Amino acid sequence: MKTVLLLGSNSDVGQACAATFAKNGADIILASRTAADFQSRLAADIAIRYDVKTETVSFDALAYDSHQSFYDDLPTKPDVVISVFGILGDQDLATKDFAEAQKIIDTNFTGQVSILNIVANDMEAKGAGTIICVSSVAGERGRKSNYFYGAAKAALTAFLSGLRARLAMSNVQAITVIPGFINTKMIQGLETPKLLTATSQQVANGIWKAYRKKKNTVYVLPIWRWIMLIIKSIPEFIFKKMNL
Amino acid sequence: MDKVTNWGLYPTVEAEVFQSSDYKELSEFVATQDHIIPRGNGRCYGDSSLQKKICSTLSLNKFLHFDTERGILKCESGVLLSEVLEVIVPKGFFLPVTPGTKFVTMGGAVASNIHGKNHHIEGALSLYVTGLDILTETGEIIHCSRSSNADLFVNTIGGMGLTGIILSVSLQLKKIASSYIRQKSIKAKNIHALLDYFESYNDWTYSVAWIDCLSKGDQLGRSILMVGEHAELDELKPSEAGDPLMVHKKNQINVPFTLPSFSLNKYSIKAFNFLYYNKQFKKMADTVIHYNPFFYPLDVLDNWNRIYGKNGFVQYQFVIPFKNGKEGLVKILEKIAEAGAGSFLAVLKTMGEGDRFSAPISFPTSGYTLALDFKANKKTFELLSVLDEMVIDFGGRIYLTKDARMDKKVFEKTYHDPFTHGEKFSSIQSNRLCI
Repeated sequence: MKTVLLLGSNSDVGQACAATFAKNGADIILASRTAADFQSRLAADIAIRYDVKTETVSFDALAYDSHQSFYDDLPTKPDVVISVFGILGDQDLATKDFAEAQKIIDTNFTGQVSILNIVANDMEAKGAGTIICVSSVAGERGRKSNYFYGAAKAALTAFLSGLRARLAMSNVQAITVIPGFINTKMIQGLETPKLLTATSQQVANGIWKAYRKKKNTVYVLPIWRWIMLIIKSIPEFIFKKMNL
Repeated sequence: MDKVTNWGLYPTVEAEVFQSSDYKELSEFVATQDHIIPRGNGRCYGDSSLQKKICSTLSLNKFLHFDTERGILKCESGVLLSEVLEVIVPKGFFLPVTPGTKFVTMGGAVASNIHGKNHHIEGALSLYVTGLDILTETGEIIHCSRSSNADLFVNTIGGMGLTGIILSVSLQLKKIASSYIRQKSIKAKNIHALLDYFESYNDWTYSVAWIDCLSKGDQLGRSILMVGEHAELDELKPSEAGDPLMVHKKNQINVPFTLPSFSLNKYSIKAFNFLYYNKQFKKMADTVIHYNPFFYPLDVLDNWNRIYGKNGFVQYQFVIPFKNGKEGLVKILEKIAEAGAGSFLAVLKTMGEGDRFSAPISFPTSGYTLALDFKANKKTFELLSVLDEMVIDFGGRIYLTKDARMDKKVFEKTYHDPFTHGEKFSSIQSNRLCI
């Protein structure tokens, strides 16, 4: 592994991943839409702490037209792409305002498809590389409380599964990461059970391990695999009455 | 609201703690507050960084620039010295000045104008700070150095956080050949012998003495003086020479809970001091040891502050001028031994002249400086009030970073130069002392 491209490097998980991969010797390209000032400080910090090269680039998940030139213009083509961008969105607003629903779908799904497809084509041609993308337990069964987000993540999980099968022939690994709750800016204020909540660093460690072991799908906290198994097996006539 | 307390676990306050890595957010927060104090890793002992509203710098944890040619490091104020060491030691550099723990932030170190075992030769941190970025009370970020905004620069170093929030620090580092220290330790049978040794080993870069505060009479001030120099490559053992710039290990032993407050008493401290003094048989011993046990012997014990029990402890550190040194130290040690209010740790050092690059309330000035820990209780506070008077009489002063209980009158009699700063940044300590 030489160079890692981090899509969504301003997120807590993105920052933890950048540090974890840099610690293991990777040069890092930080890609984020916002916070240019913070990104350049983060880049300096990682370069100094871990003695690696870092760069910052601007990336907008929703500007699909820019994605090809974004990728072509990268200073170095990445050996590993870690994509962690996404938004939780506002579920209530999305039920009333399609613009919000669309933003949730486009950021979590369409944006990912657009950029990861470009990455996949390049890696397929080279016959090498790893794509790691963070999806969500919310995508395993649509729940009353966040099904717009869940639907986008379900689509993303399906996309990644197909992408993995396609790239398997070309020595390119696609890894789906299912974190469960993460203690980050995204869920700030939400009370989540401690046992079910991972820290950003735990997610980053899980991603590093998945990369090393060439996993297909990883649950950062293994308990979530069982929780979702149970949730998925609840009969619909009961599930629809539950407040999940 | 959080309960916040510093290293001495005394006092504890209810406070609202704000923390951000975003300069704009920080600046907006500062601009809209009445009274706040910045706080780093909470390793000052008392109430220097306590207030109803606290701005934590712990999210300001980025290294910004490292010039390995000139040995100048720029990092944000919430970076710990332990992290700095991890970055600079492998490149052949060391902190120009370091306190007895590496778990303080850079910002805290600057605000306290820390001194180390080398003050008598190399001075305080103020001599090595080359630039600061400070968020001032209007919410404006000001870069300052000796040549630009010099007043703000000087008043911030040793200014106890009262001039603003330090965002970043540029520091001139020290070149080293190895991360090891050539150490000599000398047993002194009493305070008189110790002060003679301090004089004869005065040209060593690092020196510090551990004193047994419970011995009396002929043995008053029984101690071990340790002096050291950065080891050159040819002074290392073959096992060390393979990795001469090895960084400290992160292994820590945790004190998992607060000990009952009776665990440390006259007898257990006596036993500890006896063992400590007698672990070295010879009068003099030469060794080469890693910087970690030399500078940071207590850092291996996480939360060692819990050994004093839940009521916490206070540290008392003063300096008295050399001319009154012997008389002053003897009288003060007699008073402490007489009170039997044994101190687990009593550390004596010498300091050189103060400098003009630090705030009027900065501590370091020429003389002997003694630091002692006491359980926080009524008896201790009574003893310390007596010691305050003695310190005043001997022309000394007390280190604000360690203080939690000094009286305003004591402060006024010992810190003379006027210190002007805005109203916004204030701590419980600065309110108590009317700084």
